[in-house]
Amino acid sequence: MTLQIKRLHNTLLPLAAAAALGGALLTGLAGQAIAQERIELLNVSYDPTREFYREYNQVFAEHWQEENDQSVNVRQSHGGSGSQGRAVIDGLDADVVTLALAYDIDAIHDRADQIPADWQSRLPNNSSPYTSTIVLLVREGNPKNIQDWDDLVRDDVEVITPNPKTSGGARWNYLAAWGYALEKYDGDEDEAYEFVRQVYDNVPVLDPAARGATNTFVQRRIGDVFIAWENEAFLSVEQLGQGEYDIIVPSISILAEPPVTVVDANVDRKGTREVAEAYLDFLYTDEAQHLAAKHYYRPSNESILAEYEQLFPELNLFTIDEVFDGWKNAQETHFNDGGVFDRILEEINAG
Amino acid sequence: MTTSTTVLETHDTLAKRWRRATEEPAWLRLTLIGVALTFLALFLVLPLSVVLYGAFEQGLGVWYAAIRDPDAMAAIRLTLLIVAIVVPLNTLFGIAAAWAIAKFEFRGKPLLISLIDMPFAISPVVVGLIFVILFGSQGWLGPWLSSHDLRIIFAVPGIVIVIAFGTLPFIARELIPLMQQQGKEEEEASLTLGASGWKTFWHVTLPNIKWGLIYGIILCNARAMGEFGAVAVVSGRIRGETNTLPLHIEVLYNEYMFTAAFAVSSLLTGLALVTIAIKSLVEWHDERRQRLAAL
Amino acid sequence: MSIALPRRRVIPGFALTMGFTLLYLGLVFLIPVGAFLLYTTTMSWETFWNAVTQRQVVASYKLSFGGSLIAATINLAFGALVAWVLVRYRFPGKRLVDALVDLPFALPTAVAGIALVTLYASSGWVGQYLELFGIRVAYTQLGVIVALTYIGLPFVVRTVQPVLEDLEAEWEEASASLGADRFTTVRRVILPALLPALLTGYALAFARALGEYGSVVFISGNLPFRTEITPLLIVAKAEQYDYHGAAAIGTVMLIAAFLMLLVINGLQWWTSRRHG
Repeated sequence: MTLQIKRLHNTLLPLAAAAALGGALLTGLAGQAIAQERIELLNVSYDPTREFYREYNQVFAEHWQEENDQSVNVRQSHGGSGSQGRAVIDGLDADVVTLALAYDIDAIHDRADQIPADWQSRLPNNSSPYTSTIVLLVREGNPKNIQDWDDLVRDDVEVITPNPKTSGGARWNYLAAWGYALEKYDGDEDEAYEFVRQVYDNVPVLDPAARGATNTFVQRRIGDVFIAWENEAFLSVEQLGQGEYDIIVPSISILAEPPVTVVDANVDRKGTREVAEAYLDFLYTDEAQHLAAKHYYRPSNESILAEYEQLFPELNLFTIDEVFDGWKNAQETHFNDGGVFDRILEEINAG
Repeated sequence: MTTSTTVLETHDTLAKRWRRATEEPAWLRLTLIGVALTFLALFLVLPLSVVLYGAFEQGLGVWYAAIRDPDAMAAIRLTLLIVAIVVPLNTLFGIAAAWAIAKFEFRGKPLLISLIDMPFAISPVVVGLIFVILFGSQGWLGPWLSSHDLRIIFAVPGIVIVIAFGTLPFIARELIPLMQQQGKEEEEASLTLGASGWKTFWHVTLPNIKWGLIYGIILCNARAMGEFGAVAVVSGRIRGETNTLPLHIEVLYNEYMFTAAFAVSSLLTGLALVTIAIKSLVEWHDERRQRLAAL
Repeated sequence: MSIALPRRRVIPGFALTMGFTLLYLGLVFLIPVGAFLLYTTTMSWETFWNAVTQRQVVASYKLSFGGSLIAATINLAFGALVAWVLVRYRFPGKRLVDALVDLPFALPTAVAGIALVTLYASSGWVGQYLELFGIRVAYTQLGVIVALTYIGLPFVVRTVQPVLEDLEAEWEEASASLGADRFTTVRRVILPALLPALLTGYALAFARALGEYGSVVFISGNLPFRTEITPLLIVAKAEQYDYHGAAAIGTVMLIAAFLMLLVINGLQWWTSRRHG
C-alpha cells in the first residue's frame, strides 16, 4: 500500500512539472486573450521618457474615455533606444514606438517592413512632437570653468558620455560635437575628426547606455563634464541634487528629434490603429505640449515653446539633415563598423 | 636522536611530532582563519552591507512602499511563477543526469558532463541571442509562431526557457560529484536484497544525496530569481508584465530611485539568506540527532 | 554459462535517466545551441573571420579570458583556503560565514555590480582607502577582475568542502605515523584527494566568469580596447542589428568555453579514475 502511494508520488512529480510548463504557456496565451478584450496599447519607448509618458498616458486615457466612452490602458516598455527598436523588429508587439532617433525606427522598416519607408512624414515636425538639444552638465560652481565645446578637449578635463555605438542618445552627443567643430573650422572634416577624437580621448568611462552614464557622473562623481540631453540634464539636477550641478548651454548644438510612429503591421493585426493614431496625434495638442515642457522636452509648437523661454534658452541649433544629410548617412559614415568612430577608438588606443 | 633518550622523553617527542603532523600550529591556524575571513569580508560582507544599507537608509516605510508598488508586486509574482516552473524541471533533470552519470560507465561521459556545464559558460547575453534567433519574428520559427498567434519571446514562455537554460547545470552539478563519490555499493546491496529500483532510489539514494539536492535546489532557485542578462534580451521590458525582479531593479536604478532599487534587491537577498539559514538549521539539527544517536 | 556472459548491470534506470537527460538537454540546450551554430554557418567564412578578428574584438578576448583566468585562480587559492578553514577549524560565527559563501549566487548580478562599484569607486567605502595607495579598482581592468572573482567565489568552496568533510582522518594519521610532516601530508595526501574537486571548482568559476555580463558592466569602464569584455561587445553588435557579427563572436566564446570545459572535465575524470 505505502509502496503504491510512493509510486503514485513518483509519477506525479513529472506530471506536475509538465502541468507547470503547460500552465506557463497558457498564462502567456491567456494574457494575450484578455488583452484583446479591452483596448490596450503598447508604447515601446526609450529610457528618458518614462516620467513623461507615465503622466501622458493618464491624460490620454481620460481624454479617450471622454470622447469615446472607452477605457484604454497604455502599457509601457523602456530601455536603450537601439535595443528597443531591435525588440520590435524581433516581434515585440508595439502599437507605437517613441524612440530617441529616427535611425532606430528606420530599421523597423528596413529589417522587418512593419512600417512604410515614409513613416517620418506622417506626422508634423518630422514626427517629433517634442525635441531637445545637447547641453553640458558640470559640477556646482563650474570648477573647471567649462563654457563651450572647446573646453572639452582640454587636457585637464574628463568627459562623461555613453558609447555612441550602443546608445542612441550618445550619437546625438557625438554629432553635436562634430557639428560644432565643422562650424568652427569652416567645414574641414579632418579638423572635425581631430576635435572629436580629442573629446573622446578625455573619456574615462564609456557606459553602454545614457542612464548608466548619468549614474557614473552623479553617483560615482567621475568626470568634470557630462554631455547630456537637455531634458536629462534638467532631470538630473531636479532628482539627484538641486544646486550640485550647473547646466552649461553651448554656443551651438544639435536639434535632437526623438520621433514617434504607429507600427502599422501590429496595429492592423490587432485592430488598434484608430486609438494608436489618436494617441500620437494627441501628443501635438496644447495640453500634451505643456506636459512635454514640464518634463523638460522642448515643445514642437513654437508658441508654447515661447512660453518657456526662461527654461529653454535660445541657442544656435542645427539639424541632422542640414549637417549630416540624414540619419542613414550619419550612421554609415560615423557609427557603423569600420566607421569614423571606430577609427577614433583605434587611434586613441593605438598609443 | 637514537639511543640516549629516555622512554618518557621519546613518548613526549612522539606526541609532539604526532600533533605537528596531523594539525597546524595555532599561529598558522589563526593566520589562515584571518586571511580567509578578510577575503570574505571584502568580497561578501561589504557588498551585502551596501545593499542593506541602501535599502533601509531612509527607513522601513520607504522600504515597504517600494515593495508594495504595483510594478514591484507584478515583478514578484512573475518571478515566483517562473521559479515554480523552472526549479521542478531542473530538479528532475539533475537527478536523472546524476543517476545516469554516477551509476553507469559509458563512452563520452566527459563530453556529457561538459555539455551539462556549458550553460554556465555561455554568456547570458548569448543565451538571449540564441532564443531571439530561434523564436524572434525575423528568426527561424518566428513566422510559423506568429501565423499561429503564439508568443514565446517578449512573453512569459520565453523568459521561462532562458532561465531554464541558464540554471540547467546547478542541481546536476551538485549531485554528480556527490553520487560519484558515494559509489553504487549501497544501491547494489539494496537491489540484490530484492528491492525495486524506485524503492532503492527513495530509501537508499535519496537520503544519501538529500543535502546535495536541497543545496542544489536552493542554488537553482536563487539563480532563477536573479537571472538578468538573458532575460533582459527576451523580456521586452513591458512594465508590470514581463519585468522580472532583476529587471525591475534595473528600471528603478535607471529612474534614479536608488533606495527603491536597493529595497527590492534586499528582498531577493533576504529570500536567499532565509533559504540558506533554513538549510543551515536543518543541517545542524540533523548533525545533533546523529550525535545523540551515536551516544 | 552465466560466467561467459558479460557482467550485467545490477542498477536499473539507465535508459530512463539517460533518456530524460538527453531529451531535456536536447530541448532546452542542444537544439537551440545547434540552431544558433547553424545560423552562424549561414554567413560566409570571410564574414565570420573578419567579425571575430577585428582588433577591438581581439582586445576584448584578452580581457575576458585573461580576467576570467586570473579571477578563477584567485578563487582557486582563496576558495580552497576558505573551504579548509570552514571544515577544519572552529571559530565563532562559523555557521554564518558558511552560509554567506552562497551570497554571490543569490544576489542578482546587476545588484552585485551596483554594490561593488559603490564600494570600490574612489568615493566608496573601500575605494577611498585604496586610492591612497594609488590603486584604482572601479572602471579599470582590476574592477573587471574584482567582479569576476566575486561571482565565481562560491564554486571552489562548495566543490571542495564536501570532499574535505568526507576525507577520512585515517589517511592523514597513516601518513603522519609513517613519519611525514604536516606539509608533506598536505601535499602528498590531502591535495591529491582534493584535486578533482579543485579542478571542478576552477572550471566552473572560470566558465561562469567568461560569460558574466550583468555585474561587470557596472564596475568596468567599458572602454573599447581597454575595459570592454566580450559579452558587452556581443550586446553592442546585436543592438546595431549586426546579428551575424554578434553570433560570430558568440560562437567563438561558445567553442572556447566548451573546449576549456572538456579539457578540465576530462582531466578530472582521469584523476578520479586514477585515485578511485
